[in-house]
Amino acid sequence: MAEKMAILGEGDSVLAFKACGIDAYYASEREEAKDLLRKLAKQYTIIFITEKLAGQMDDLLKKFNQSAYPIILPVPSGSNSDGYARAKLKERMEKALGVDILFNKDREEK
Amino acid sequence: MSRLNVNPTRMELKKLKARLKTATRGHKLLKDKLDEMIRRFSLLIKLNKKLRDEVESQLGQVLKEFAFAKGQLSKGALENAFMLPTATLQLKRGTTSIMNVEVPALSVEEKTGSEPYPYAFAQITSEADYSVKRISEVVAKLVKLAEVEKQVAMLADEIEKNKRRVNALEYVMIPQLEETISFITGKLDENERASITRLMKVKSMIADKNG
Repeated sequence: MAEKMAILGEGDSVLAFKACGIDAYYASEREEAKDLLRKLAKQYTIIFITEKLAGQMDDLLKKFNQSAYPIILPVPSGSNSDGYARAKLKERMEKALGVDILFNKDREEK
Repeated sequence: MSRLNVNPTRMELKKLKARLKTATRGHKLLKDKLDEMIRRFSLLIKLNKKLRDEVESQLGQVLKEFAFAKGQLSKGALENAFMLPTATLQLKRGTTSIMNVEVPALSVEEKTGSEPYPYAFAQITSEADYSVKRISEVVAKLVKLAEVEKQVAMLADEIEKNKRRVNALEYVMIPQLEETISFITGKLDENERASITRLMKVKSMIADKNG
């Protein structure tokens, strides 16, 4: 059976994903989004979530990292990323390696 | 360093020596495992960063285009137009094992319907066409990113756990065992010396009495 994908977001922009067979869900508030995510986690393989919402429920997202599925992936909601996913990436790298091997260059440029 | 609370007997010594051997072996194995996990992790995280950068720039552009399309239509019309998707991505899920960590592995198969767009051209502006076309491209990449990012996250957790195990063995378990073993050996040697002196004393006492 084909596995399903969903997107959870706070604005209209999630509609764009609908065109390629991804189910779109709206949530504007933190608690509402959390409840919805718990429900969706049982049905979907991949859940995309906008960075803005993801940033509000960091603790819940951490719990999903214990098993292989579902995958919950933060995506930028507008044309610009607010850096949540990048911060996560950095956090994981520091946790595992203890050093920064990716963002050094970025810092030098600044 | 504290030593374990055990009786200084030969039995106990034997047991502890066996435990020390296991602990040392386990420590070596875990350390090797950790090294390999870190190597894999650093490769994966570089890939993750690259994919993330690509996806972010592409998705940003697509969403910008979509915002244009949205601006030209009423909300109802837009929702109607996107109601029925035609191009669906067939997703298959499985798991692979990276150093004994079960991580997701996905494969995607794009299945396009007869019509590439989920609406009639009369309904909607051309801006939407572009964004719909582009977004299917981005989604395939998003799936790949989802897979890699999850692998990175799970591997990071596992590396942290493994580090703790290695440290616990190296700095707690092994020194403790070593100290207890030396304590028991000392105690046993002392007992032996004590019994020898006692025998010598008894012998000399008997010799005095007889002589």
